[in-house]
Amino acid sequence: MEAVVSLAIGMLAGSGVWLILRPRTFQVIIGLSLLSHAVNIFIFSTGGLRIGVPPILEPGGVGDLARHADPLPQALVLTAIVISFATTALFLVVLLAARGLTGTDHVDGRERDQ
Amino acid sequence: MPDALLLLVLGLPYVGALAAGMLPTYARNAAAWLAGLVALGGLALVMTAFSAVADGEVIRHEIEWMPALGVNFVLRLDGLAWLFCMLILGIGVLVVLYARYYMLPEDPVPRFFSFLLAFMGSMTGLVLSGNLIQLVFFWELTSLFSFLLIGYWYHTATARDGARMALTVTAIGGLCLLAGVLMLGHIAGGFDLEVVLAAGDVIRGHPLYLPTLILILLGALTKSAQFPFHFWLPHAMAAPTPVSAYLHSATLVKAGVFLLARLWPVMAGTDAWLWIVGTAGLATMMLSAYIAIFQHDLKGLLAYSTISHLGLITLLLGLNSELALVAAIFHIVNHATFKASLFMAAGIIDHESGTRDIRRLSGLNRLMPFTARLAIIAAAAMAGVPLLNGFLSKEMFFAEALAAPAPLPALLSVLPIAAIVWSAFSVAYSLRFIHGAFFGPDPVGLPRTPHEPPSWMRFPVEILVLTCIVVGILPSATVGTFLHAAVMSILGPATPEYSLTIWHGFNLPLLMSFIGMTAGVGLYLALQPHLLRGIEGPPLLRHLEGRRLFERTMVFLSWRLARSLESFFGTPRLQPQMRLIVGLALLAGASAAYLRGIGPGNLAPAAADPVLVVVLAVGAACAVGAAWQAKFHRFAALVLLGGAGLATCVTFVWFSAPDLALTQLLVEIVTTVLLLLGLRWLPKRVPVPDEPRAEAIARRRRLFDLGIATVAGAGMAALAYSVMTRSPPELLGQYFLQNAYTEGGGTNVVNVILVDFRGFDTLGEITVLGVVALTVYALLRRFRPAPDSVEIPEQQREQAAYDIARPDRHEGDTVADWLLVPSLLSRLLFPVIALVALYLLLRGHDQPGGGFVAGLAASIALILQYMIGGAQWIETRILVRPLRWMGLGLLFATGTGIGAWLFGRPFLTSYFDYMDLPVIGAIPTASALVFDIGVFMLVIGATVLMLIAIAHQSIRGHRVPRRADVRAPEPPAEIAREPVRTPTPAGEV
Repeated sequence: MEAVVSLAIGMLAGSGVWLILRPRTFQVIIGLSLLSHAVNIFIFSTGGLRIGVPPILEPGGVGDLARHADPLPQALVLTAIVISFATTALFLVVLLAARGLTGTDHVDGRERDQ
Repeated sequence: MPDALLLLVLGLPYVGALAAGMLPTYARNAAAWLAGLVALGGLALVMTAFSAVADGEVIRHEIEWMPALGVNFVLRLDGLAWLFCMLILGIGVLVVLYARYYMLPEDPVPRFFSFLLAFMGSMTGLVLSGNLIQLVFFWELTSLFSFLLIGYWYHTATARDGARMALTVTAIGGLCLLAGVLMLGHIAGGFDLEVVLAAGDVIRGHPLYLPTLILILLGALTKSAQFPFHFWLPHAMAAPTPVSAYLHSATLVKAGVFLLARLWPVMAGTDAWLWIVGTAGLATMMLSAYIAIFQHDLKGLLAYSTISHLGLITLLLGLNSELALVAAIFHIVNHATFKASLFMAAGIIDHESGTRDIRRLSGLNRLMPFTARLAIIAAAAMAGVPLLNGFLSKEMFFAEALAAPAPLPALLSVLPIAAIVWSAFSVAYSLRFIHGAFFGPDPVGLPRTPHEPPSWMRFPVEILVLTCIVVGILPSATVGTFLHAAVMSILGPATPEYSLTIWHGFNLPLLMSFIGMTAGVGLYLALQPHLLRGIEGPPLLRHLEGRRLFERTMVFLSWRLARSLESFFGTPRLQPQMRLIVGLALLAGASAAYLRGIGPGNLAPAAADPVLVVVLAVGAACAVGAAWQAKFHRFAALVLLGGAGLATCVTFVWFSAPDLALTQLLVEIVTTVLLLLGLRWLPKRVPVPDEPRAEAIARRRRLFDLGIATVAGAGMAALAYSVMTRSPPELLGQYFLQNAYTEGGGTNVVNVILVDFRGFDTLGEITVLGVVALTVYALLRRFRPAPDSVEIPEQQREQAAYDIARPDRHEGDTVADWLLVPSLLSRLLFPVIALVALYLLLRGHDQPGGGFVAGLAASIALILQYMIGGAQWIETRILVRPLRWMGLGLLFATGTGIGAWLFGRPFLTSYFDYMDLPVIGAIPTASALVFDIGVFMLVIGATVLMLIAIAHQSIRGHRVPRRADVRAPEPPAEIAREPVRTPTPAGEV
């Protein structure tokens, strides 16, 4: 199971890296989103891949790592998901403004000199 | 005086500065009153402390600042600090009064007083600092505010250049000072002044003494404009004259000598001190006294004379003699009084006659007799004429020049001669000031006809000149006790015997005075022909200009060096930068793996579930597909991105993270909507065959990137695998699991971490979210689409054409009927989703949900209506005010945090209990819930603001270019100032 998840992380990250090296702004945005998926799963997986043990306690109870998944990576990733949405929005708007201003969607604001 | 009042002394000017800054620009009198009263209030407070200080008591007020580092915020008032406070606040009052009449009606006066008060507060903080770090902090503040004051008339180039030069020199000095102070604190074993002052022998004997000394002196000498850093001060004369009178008499430049006096007991007494400080002082005082004679600008003359007198003070401090220290402090006070009055007098002349050029001024004695007499007395004090205060400290200097102990005969044997020559120079430039401005024939061709200034403008000068006279005649009865308290606070029991009288009998110093004055008069007369020729710059030294050196250095550093470094290391292109970043990350990862080893760990991998394998395979395929399609088929890439996101979501829910899965799902929805809204403004892209050579280059580049991406992906996979198969060390999660309910009152541990344990992080995060939303909004307000995206999309055009072609339809009917059934259903869904959001919010503390998820859900409810009904439809029915939601959310969250203070707990401490409501049951009434509500509101506001800001672009009227084939359209007026490059038609690569 670990190998499968690792492979998926690798595929997401590889696709993301490939895209952020591309010259078109839209490609870079999609790449960043894919990369953030990869990183989120990665951080989340540092808490271990465990099935059926959500970090939700019984009322009045005291939790234990033996019976519950590690909540800390989850808390970290939760905020990361929201922030990556905000970043995507910001990039999108910068992209649109740059496109309006320069007339091109190349990441450098102008086409490569031929 | 209770020690807490020191806080008031320090805080008053800053509060005043804030208040003055908020006054409207025409509120001249209000600002002047405010500034004057603040300075007077501070002065009165400090005065009451004298009785305690005179007894040798040190008033201390200590506040915890960085206790972990042993650094506290300490205000400390002793004799020296008291004396300086009196100068800063006392002359401050006079300068405020003077400035009220000096500033022109068109100047934004409240801003001036705001800066002046802030500067005053910084100086006060500097002299009151009981801790070296704090001292450096205020030191830098004085540099900053003096920059603002010198550059007050920022519309003139000289003011800007002068301010920049002063800031550059003093701030570099400040940086050195910080380094020196850190070393000093390290040597002394603490930054508190008491600790440092008690460690004199350790400091002087330490191997790091010399580097520490040099660094600290770099700070002090740059601030006090000592050779070779003196050149900034004359250029700072571009400031309004009240600023010059304040900064260069009593405050800014005195900060350097204050520091020297402050550290005198622990750092002086060595040969290095004598050599460096003494030589710098001697060189400065001689050189600038010489240059001062040849200045044609009244303020320039005073500027060089100021440098010269500071040189004298520095020299006295450098002589390693207690009596010289007394003379230095006495001269600090004397110089402040006569120099402030002279600057003010020069300002009056400038104000009333329109020029400060000595070559044009003449005979003002008859036109403004009273001012002339005041200025003559002050200049006489500067020249050291008997019965004035300047004479007394000059005599003390002469006595020291003769009597100082002589470990280094080379330096000290020249002192008496240097003293006489310096005295002659001082007399010569003082004479030039008086004779040039006030005597001679009536002036001709002045911009204004000079006359006496308003009497209140002259009043500060009168007070200062009166002080010069009274102190000059009755020194021990006037400043004696204050001076003694200041000296005592530095030297303690080692205070030497000295006498403050004007008559010490016929002795060698008196003879030296006589020779110096006679020589000075002779020198002035001898130089008359040269001076009348009006040549710029002093003879011999005309080409030795510190400014030129400074400018060359600046040009080299900020332009040539920067350019060459940039062209060597930098590129304006993003792709090489990204390759470099990814490459560096790979290198870092690989080296860590090489050094620490990587590979399967100790945990046995679990069996793979076929269902999840399929989900992940689909997700990975979607990712690769998105990467494949993102260039030519953006919509397809977007759909595939969503697929990858859903696979991520399933992974989360599979492995016991319901909160993450919920958030991921909702974020996926809003991200997709967001990107969909953006698609419309992107250029159409169709594959265009390139010429073969370019195509080959592009293919090679792509192959290279594919290699990088593959390595990066494989690296991530290997890293993830090796992390997952290792048993982690002791986990922090255990603590959260054990205490989530008992301490935080919630059973959903992830939510408790977010809103309680790590609430401060969350507060920061929602603030970031708010900032991003505002930035998005702000960027879009000026949004101009590219010319080829302005046209209405094809589909809408066709729909409109269809409507127009049919006689029974009106334009817009098709759009209105579009997706009628789904839109009706969506409208019905609105309250349902809103309710679900509320439910998610309320149960978040115990069950999966919480502010983030609920906020996203609620915003989706709203966005759905936008998508279905159009922006205009929804906005005529619902008042959407995302900014208010955001503001309220931040208020709620911060308010919850502050609420904890009311109960004496630290910021964001939470409180919880359960409340039983009929029907609904027990609901948690933790204060964390209020915090979560804040998060909820902010997330709604931010998300909706971003999405509707983009959505609104479609309904804004954009100018359509008149001809479809316009290649280089005229830029819209608003961005016409920006460089606009010729856009390349879409599709052309």
